[in-house]
Amino acid sequence: MAKAVNDVSMPDDIGMREKLLLEKHADYLATYGNTEAGSEHDYEYCVTEYLRMSGVYWGLTCMSLLGQLDRMNRDEVLSFLRKCQCENGGISASPGHDPHLLYTLSAIQICCLYDALPQLNVDGMVNYVSSLQRDDGSFSGDCWGEVDSRFSFCALACLTLLDRQDAIDVRGAADFVVRCMNFDGGFGVVPGSESHSGQVFCCVGALALANQLDRIDADTLGWWLCERQLPSGGLNGRPEKLPDVCYSWWVLSSLVMIGRLHWIDKDKLRRYILACQDDETGGFADRPGNMVDPFHTLFGVASLSLLGDTSVGKVNPVLCMPQATLDRANVFIPL
Amino acid sequence: MADDEKYVLYKDREEWKDLEPLSQDDGPFPVVQIAYSVEFKDCYDYFRAILQKNEMSQRAYDLTSDALKFNLANYTVWHYRRKILEALSFSLEKELEFVAEVIQDTPKNYQAWHHRQVIVEKLADPSKELKFTTSILDMDSKNYHAWQHRQWVLRHFNLWENELQFVDTLLRYDLRNNSAWNERYYVVSSTTGFTDEIIVREIKYTMTFIHRAPNNESAWNYLQGVASQRDLKDFPTVKAECFQMLESSVRSPYLLAFLVDLLEDEAENGNVESLEKAKEFCLSLETQVT
Repeated sequence: MAKAVNDVSMPDDIGMREKLLLEKHADYLATYGNTEAGSEHDYEYCVTEYLRMSGVYWGLTCMSLLGQLDRMNRDEVLSFLRKCQCENGGISASPGHDPHLLYTLSAIQICCLYDALPQLNVDGMVNYVSSLQRDDGSFSGDCWGEVDSRFSFCALACLTLLDRQDAIDVRGAADFVVRCMNFDGGFGVVPGSESHSGQVFCCVGALALANQLDRIDADTLGWWLCERQLPSGGLNGRPEKLPDVCYSWWVLSSLVMIGRLHWIDKDKLRRYILACQDDETGGFADRPGNMVDPFHTLFGVASLSLLGDTSVGKVNPVLCMPQATLDRANVFIPL
Repeated sequence: MADDEKYVLYKDREEWKDLEPLSQDDGPFPVVQIAYSVEFKDCYDYFRAILQKNEMSQRAYDLTSDALKFNLANYTVWHYRRKILEALSFSLEKELEFVAEVIQDTPKNYQAWHHRQVIVEKLADPSKELKFTTSILDMDSKNYHAWQHRQWVLRHFNLWENELQFVDTLLRYDLRNNSAWNERYYVVSSTTGFTDEIIVREIKYTMTFIHRAPNNESAWNYLQGVASQRDLKDFPTVKAECFQMLESSVRSPYLLAFLVDLLEDEAENGNVESLEKAKEFCLSLETQVT
C-alpha cells in the first residue's frame, strides 16, 4: 500500500540551479534593504524591524561563509549594535525596541564576526542573560516570562561566546532541556510539547554547549531525524509536514552533533537545497520556486557547508557561525 | 478602526495634534519610502512617540491595536499594550476577544499566543480555552501554538477529563496527525501514568491504527514510546502481530525497525537466532524500497 506522502514534487531539470550560485547570493545579501522603491523586498524589510538584529546576523554570517563579509559596512553595523544595547544589559532587535534574549545572542554573534566583543557591555549582557533563568532551570526570552527551550539554547550560546557559563546554573539548564525530551527521542518547546526539528536543534545544541550530549538517546533521535527526509530529498520539521530548507539546517546540524550525519541521503538533500535557489534574484527560498529571504539563504548555504561543499566556508554546527570565527575567539565545543 | 471606515493617518487626526511623531533611527541599511508603507510608518512614528513619553491612555491603547494589525510580531508593541492594560485596569475579558480575533487571522504568531496565556493566567479563567483551541485546530489540526497553549491550560487548570476523547476524535479523522499522538502521550503520562494495565490498553489502541495504515510513522513512534516503558520482550502478542503483518506482505520500514529493536532486546539476552533475524531485517531496510 503506497504511503500518502505530504511532499513537494521536484522537477527533473533544475537548470542553472544545479550549481551553487554563490555570486548571486552574495549580491542579493549585499543589496538587501537597499533596493529601489516599490520592490517587495522593501516592504518585507520594513515590517521585519522587530527582528532586525537577527536579520543582520543571518546576512553577515552568510556573507562570511561566502567569503564576502568585507562588502558589508562594519562601522555602520557596530554603531547599530551599540544603539540597541539597553540599560539592563540586554539587546533589542532594533533601536527603540525592548531587549530580548534572541537579539542579545544575534548581537554577540555579529560582534564575534568582527572580533569586536569589547564594543558591547559584556558584564551587562551576562547579568541580563543570567537574570532570565528560572527556578526550574528554564529561561524566559525576556522579562515577560515566555518559556521556550529555544531560550535555553540562546542563554548557553551567549555565555559560551562570552566565556561566562559560570553566571548560570548550567546543570539546571540542562535538566530542563532533558525534560523536554519526548517518547520519540525528539524535543519540544516545553516538557510535553510535540517534537519539532527546530526545537531539536536548540535542545541538542544546548546540551552540546553544556557538555552533556551523553544524556541524549542518540539512536532514537537519529532515527527520528533521518525520517525527516522526504522523497523530494528535502527535510521537514515533524511527521507529515512539507519540507523547508531551514530544516536542512536544524536537522543536519543535530545529526552532526550526535554523530549521525551519514544517516541522511546527502546527495538527494543537496539537490533539494540547490533547487531552492532563485537563479534570477539570488537567495534561497523555503521550497523550490518560492520567494527568497535572508533567513533561508543563510540556512541553505550553511547546510551545504555541513554537507561538505568546500566552495563555502566551514560552519560550526552548534552555533551556526563560521568555524574560523570561533577559532579566532578560542571557542571550542566538544562533540 | 472599522474596516469600512476610511483609515485616517495619525498625523491628520485632531486628537493627536499634541504629539510629535518620532521617525525610526535608520539601521545599517536605510529604509526606502514606498507608497504602501505610509500608513505603517505613520502609525509607528506615533507609537515611538507615545513609547518615549510612556503615555498610559485609552488613545495609546487604541494605537497599539493599529500597530499590531500592521505588524503582529512586533513584541515591543505587545509589551507596551500589557503595561497599559495593567496601569489602567482595562477589561481583560475584552482583551481576550481582541487576542482571539488576532489569532484567528494569524494563527501562527508567537506573541499573540503568549499574550493570551498571560491574560488567561491573570484572569485565572480557562473556561473559553478548550473551545478556543479546538476552533483553531479545526482550521489546522497541527498548529503548534494551539497545542502548546492547550497543554498549558490542561496542566495549569487540571482539565484532563475529556482530552483522551478529543484526541481519539482527531485520530479517527486523521490517524497520521502527529500532534494528536503526542497529545495522547501527554495526557496519559500526566494522569494515570503508564501502568501495566494502561500500557496494554495503549498498545492495543495503537495496533488498531497500525493495521489500518502500516506506514504511519506517528503510530509506530507512539507504540515504541509506550512499549519501551517496559521490555519489548514483555509483549509477545505484539511480536506475533508484527510477524503476521510481515508474512501478509506488509512492507513498512517502521514495522521492520520495530522488529529490529524487539529482536535486539532478545539478542541482548543471549538469543542468537534473534540476532541473525535482526541483521536480516537491517539489510532489508538498507536495500529495499518501500
